[in-house]
Amino acid sequence: MDATLLLDLYRQMCLSRRFEEAAAKAYSQGKVSGFLHLYIGQEAVAVGAISAAEPTDYIVATYREHAHYLARTGDARGAMAELYGCATGCSGGRGGSMHLFAAAKRFFGGWAIVGGHVPIAAGVAFGSKYRGEPDVTLCFFGDGTANMGAFHEGLALAGLWKLPVVFICENNQYAMGTPLYRTLSVEDVAVRARGYPMEAEIVNGDDVLEMREAVRHAISRARKDSLPFFLEAKTYRFRGHSVADPAKYRTKEEVQKWMERDPIGILAGRIRTLGIATDEQLRAVDDEAKAQVQDAVRFAEESPAPAPETVEEHVYA
Amino acid sequence: MPEPRVISFREALREAMVEEMERDPSIFLMGEEVGHYNGAYKVSEGMLERFGERRVIDTPIAETGFAGVGIGAAMVGLRPIIEFMTWNFSLTAIDQLINNAAKLRYMANGQFTLPIVFRGPGGAAHALAAQHSQALEGFYAHVPGLKVVMPSTPADAKGLLKAAIRDDNPVCFIESEVMYALKGEVPTGEHVIPLGVADVKRPGRDVTLVTWSKMLHTSLKAAEQLATDGIEAEVVDVRTVRPLDAGAILASVRRTHRCVVVQEGWPFAGVGAEVVALVARDAFEDLDAPPERVTSLDVPMPYARNLEELVLPSPARVVATVRRLLGAEERRVGAPVHPARAQRGR
Repeated sequence: MDATLLLDLYRQMCLSRRFEEAAAKAYSQGKVSGFLHLYIGQEAVAVGAISAAEPTDYIVATYREHAHYLARTGDARGAMAELYGCATGCSGGRGGSMHLFAAAKRFFGGWAIVGGHVPIAAGVAFGSKYRGEPDVTLCFFGDGTANMGAFHEGLALAGLWKLPVVFICENNQYAMGTPLYRTLSVEDVAVRARGYPMEAEIVNGDDVLEMREAVRHAISRARKDSLPFFLEAKTYRFRGHSVADPAKYRTKEEVQKWMERDPIGILAGRIRTLGIATDEQLRAVDDEAKAQVQDAVRFAEESPAPAPETVEEHVYA
Repeated sequence: MPEPRVISFREALREAMVEEMERDPSIFLMGEEVGHYNGAYKVSEGMLERFGERRVIDTPIAETGFAGVGIGAAMVGLRPIIEFMTWNFSLTAIDQLINNAAKLRYMANGQFTLPIVFRGPGGAAHALAAQHSQALEGFYAHVPGLKVVMPSTPADAKGLLKAAIRDDNPVCFIESEVMYALKGEVPTGEHVIPLGVADVKRPGRDVTLVTWSKMLHTSLKAAEQLATDGIEAEVVDVRTVRPLDAGAILASVRRTHRCVVVQEGWPFAGVGAEVVALVARDAFEDLDAPPERVTSLDVPMPYARNLEELVLPSPARVVATVRRLLGAEERRVGAPVHPARAQRGR
């Protein structure tokens, strides 16, 4: 096992966790507005998946995308400033939590209508194929997406045209506040993908290394054979759908059971078992993440709001 | 100047696409039956043979899917032309156009440009009934971030489509099923008409008819009839609904002092309402009569031919509206004269 890699994955997951804890705090203080969808509990999916991609591969994600953005860019300042609605935010304060973008880093959003970005991800992959470029597109979405028309049309075209895209379904078992057994006619979303057709695998989304390996395999298939690939990561979100959701539709016992398999704890355990780092060293990594988040909060609090005279900029090119 | 020849509207559109695709390999055409079938309305006839399956791409019936694929491809710098077999079908993809295409650049603070054209026929054809007979420009023109282009002649079709393809924004390019066979003089080669520039298709002094696309021809017929009574209507073809050439509309209304918008869309909250608001605000002092609209009746399109005819704007309805405006003016004889009009010596 590559010690540097494991510690870096650990650092990234801590960064995402600490970032979102700070974001929730800022929200409760009224400094962050709008919708805020926390990813806490699912960090292994984004961190593992994006660590398996080349920096030139494209990322297309949803409105629950802080972790994906951080995993691709490392830019906690730009993300936090965006949540604060600042000119220095990664979308200039025009997007907010749900619309993080970093075009230069090939982080392509930040889309907030469920399913709408799935055909777009197929289109980005179409672009790579059209130009004969080797880049693969990673498309993230939740289990709730699996009933949307756009999801099926996106998968249908990716299957038909053999587009180099890896679809990553983050199955956290709740479509907003409704459990899957009441919203999904099949047990696994992956069975739907197989009909389009594309290879589909189910992976433990709480294990960052398993996630990384699965995505590595999927990306290599997509890149080498120009074929779409579907991964269903089984995971759990510890918080509500958004911070406005107290998540009363779940029992304490259920949440507790899942929190016992916290993806950050799982990785920490593995690192300890392998003797790569001590508790103290892991704490230092976490402290580093905390410091980066504190710096990002400070940056956001000191950043200016977007200048009023810019309100009409960027409607048209 | 390139030499003009007489070709059809569909040939003019094809010429624009072919010339642009030869110029720029990042342009491709995608849609239902654009390739092997040669286009539902034969606009893309022969293009598959010319450019191959890589650049002329048949899609399944999946508007949300291929509209979204177009947007994704444009995000990485390609310049897609997405054909809707009709704009009626675009409604199944409206989330892609309004939530994604129109808003991406703004949401991302200018990090992306989205050079994409959505094109196809809109409006009523003949007896296609309610779900296939809709003038939807008002829906799309409502949305900041989209441009809406509606050519009325083969020459404009070519020049505006070339401009739309070269534009770095999402453009809704709305044609008309009943105009594809329309013939007209079209310049060869480089003929590009900038978006947002209206064209006076007939000069006149008594009333301004503001119109676009198919309704230009209804308006021109009305103008001919009015001319036999000595009423000279000026017909302003806006060509682009958004951006709207407010300057051209206002300049004409200031000359004629009367304004009638002739549109195929429904009256409520339509493009005509926007033109009327513009004229009422910026040319109020110049008006001799309230600005008016001639629109489709406020009903879903019926199938029966006689009812369909009743619903669509006709030259007769335009003529009647203009006469009413002029009559209203006459009825005011003896009423106190508005100071602005007195100043003009009228």
